[in-house]
Amino acid sequence: MSLPTQLFDAVIIGGGGAGLRASLELAQSGLNVAVISKVFPTRSHTVSAQGGVNAALGNTDGSDDWRWHMYDTVMGSDFLGDQDAIEYMCKNAPETIYELEHMGLPFSRLDDGKIYQRAFGGQTRNYGGELVHRTCCAADRTGHAMLHTLYQKNLEAKAKFFNEWFAVDLVKTASGVAGVIAMSIETGEVVFLKSRATILATGGAGRIFQSTTNAHINTGDGFGMVLRAGLPLQDMEFWQFHPTGIYGAGTLITEGSRGEGGYLVNKDGERYMERYAPHLKDLSCRDVVSRSSMMEIREGRGCGPKGEYVLLKLDHLGADVINARLPGIRDLSMTFAGVDPLKDPIPVVPTCHYLMGGIPTNMHAQVLDHKNGQDSIVEGLYAAGECACVSVHGANRLGANSLLDIVVFGRAAGLHVQQSVREGLGYREPSLDEIDYAMTRLNRWNNNEKGESVEEIRSALQKIMQEDYGVFRTAEYMQKGFKKLEDLQKRLQYAAIKDKSRCFNTTRVEALELDNLMATAIATAYLANERTESRGAHARFDYPERDDQHWLKHSLYYQSGQIAFRPINMKPHEVKPIELQARDH
Amino acid sequence: MRFSIYRYNPETDKKPYMQDFDVDVVANGCTMVLDVLLYIKNHMDETLTLRRSCREGVCGSDGMNINGKNGLACVMHVAKLKEPVIIRPLPGLPVVRDLVVDMTQFYQQYEKVEPYLQNNQPVPAKERLQSPEERAKLDGLYECILCGCCSTACPSYWWNPDKFVGPAGLLQSYRFIADSRDTATNERLADLADPFSVFRCRGIMNCTDVCPKGLNPTKAINNIKDLMVKESV
Repeated sequence: MSLPTQLFDAVIIGGGGAGLRASLELAQSGLNVAVISKVFPTRSHTVSAQGGVNAALGNTDGSDDWRWHMYDTVMGSDFLGDQDAIEYMCKNAPETIYELEHMGLPFSRLDDGKIYQRAFGGQTRNYGGELVHRTCCAADRTGHAMLHTLYQKNLEAKAKFFNEWFAVDLVKTASGVAGVIAMSIETGEVVFLKSRATILATGGAGRIFQSTTNAHINTGDGFGMVLRAGLPLQDMEFWQFHPTGIYGAGTLITEGSRGEGGYLVNKDGERYMERYAPHLKDLSCRDVVSRSSMMEIREGRGCGPKGEYVLLKLDHLGADVINARLPGIRDLSMTFAGVDPLKDPIPVVPTCHYLMGGIPTNMHAQVLDHKNGQDSIVEGLYAAGECACVSVHGANRLGANSLLDIVVFGRAAGLHVQQSVREGLGYREPSLDEIDYAMTRLNRWNNNEKGESVEEIRSALQKIMQEDYGVFRTAEYMQKGFKKLEDLQKRLQYAAIKDKSRCFNTTRVEALELDNLMATAIATAYLANERTESRGAHARFDYPERDDQHWLKHSLYYQSGQIAFRPINMKPHEVKPIELQARDH
Repeated sequence: MRFSIYRYNPETDKKPYMQDFDVDVVANGCTMVLDVLLYIKNHMDETLTLRRSCREGVCGSDGMNINGKNGLACVMHVAKLKEPVIIRPLPGLPVVRDLVVDMTQFYQQYEKVEPYLQNNQPVPAKERLQSPEERAKLDGLYECILCGCCSTACPSYWWNPDKFVGPAGLLQSYRFIADSRDTATNERLADLADPFSVFRCRGIMNCTDVCPKGLNPTKAINNIKDLMVKESV
């Protein structure tokens, strides 16, 4: 079918930190750029990031080195991260942070006027030595400060926004991606946004789990779009469970609270991380801390009437530190746990937080396909931020590396698109069939008259993922879960929405999101079943050891069910590769 | 517990109406007003329309009027509310559908104050220095989440939404005036020096009363007025 078409040099899908950093780069260079965001940009999930953003500035400690940051990131990734990309991120971190400061981001400050830096998990001096203070922050509202600053600068640069527009699907031709079909949520109008370059910055998909720190909007829209376009997703088995989500509510308590000196205790009041990880203790990597907490709970040392949580103790920090450095945490604890951390510990539990995997890209954020053992670049398609897997986080992300990832690779995407357009990147001309294909699922939801509701399928999906693909995994549970997922996927084809209104139809949006949640969950299930080892956040009782001989590789999943593998890059450009070694806790 | 909710779909309704829903908040684990609204949408009437995202009070999506007072549904405890709970869209803005309002004018007022750092000095190689005391002046200003609760609680804004910048926009304006790194203070003040932009504020503090982040736009507005007076003397 023929759709109204609008032409742009670049279309960015997603108005969070990665999308806005990319659009800023492009709008400032004078290109004709549009950002599609399903929510007003400052409502994107970057706004919820609390603790900070890593860069080896050495402001608090007097010295630091991006090579140490790189080492920590590789170690944290359990060697699944690509060392060329990690090198690029850590090396560019200081400049990226200074840029944000110049844009106006209200960083907290040290007495000498420099940016304040706090301790965070897994951050060390001199290749695994003492803890280092590397995390720049704006109190415990760093994501909020970053997102608003980037949006404000985009206003100044006059980027064009399609706010409250939903990206339905990519339009793909034989030669690459031609653009995207988007729908106005307010009016139901559907438009083909044709672009030389399309940048996916659609964030994460934590809503596949019942309990998550993620916002309602984190539904993996980019993952669904990429899979339906016949492209692969990478390392989807690696979901990070944050050690400190508020019990019951799932809302996040920043790792910065442990960075400022807080610690976890079990029902006996024991500071158990000293037992599991004597060196870094509560500031070990998140996968380690989350597993330790789950072991405490499983072995009967959890707190509360059902022994279902552990406690985060902060009161010893004193009112001055908590009010100056962790004011948002205090608010959240009082609102969602009914606890004032000045007096009492906060009930917390490991909670789904972040996806390390995603859309495979190179260091310039160009999306990759992989055929017959060879990478190929998908013309006109980029991905950056949580939806991308470049891969700087490997099997486990370090705290405060995600805000860094989004600005470094959002910027990299912007820079590369600029260069490509200057060098003559043109448009691709889709056939009517190719446009129709991108309209398939919108038509399905509009036409299905009777069937199960979005909520029925979605809550069943979340229950399966929570029960069978959580912190600890086994073949038995995963295979059981997989059968249930396959069944659910069939039922989804017949689900229906009753609300057919064109006007601000959020039920239709949730239905379109549900397709993406399902695609994400299936990809996770396939690759989690496949990987018979424990690495980073993928922890299996039946395969408890890391197996470098068989599994030192990225895994890829295609919607057809095909699984493939890509090698990990262990060739940084400027420094010596970081050799394989056990992670020493 | 009874919830009386404002309903309006321009495609099917001639005019808005209030619809009652009875929800067992305890049995269904509804702690916050947002939990109730999502319970209704998921289990009773999927056509109920609202905005929501972070569900923890930082994204600013779900500003609405609850028992006569503007606030965020996601951080509003049900247990603290009188029955029946009356839920309406933010007042003073055009309703798109149910609890969703058209915030275009609100965003235009925000954009009018040029809400971005302006600095005419050469860009240094590292960060611009700012003392902790200078940085502390931004506390209570930068945390705004643009939920619109303040401006839509302000009678002056209801009367002149096109000319009075309103508390949210003025808070942002002062956020940059107060920033030691911003060099455009004079221009910012000059841009506000008409009878409407700032001076329609009558200091009744509705904005401060409703702000879900505990910010004080009235104080920011008074600071702007003080600076204007100093400039003109």
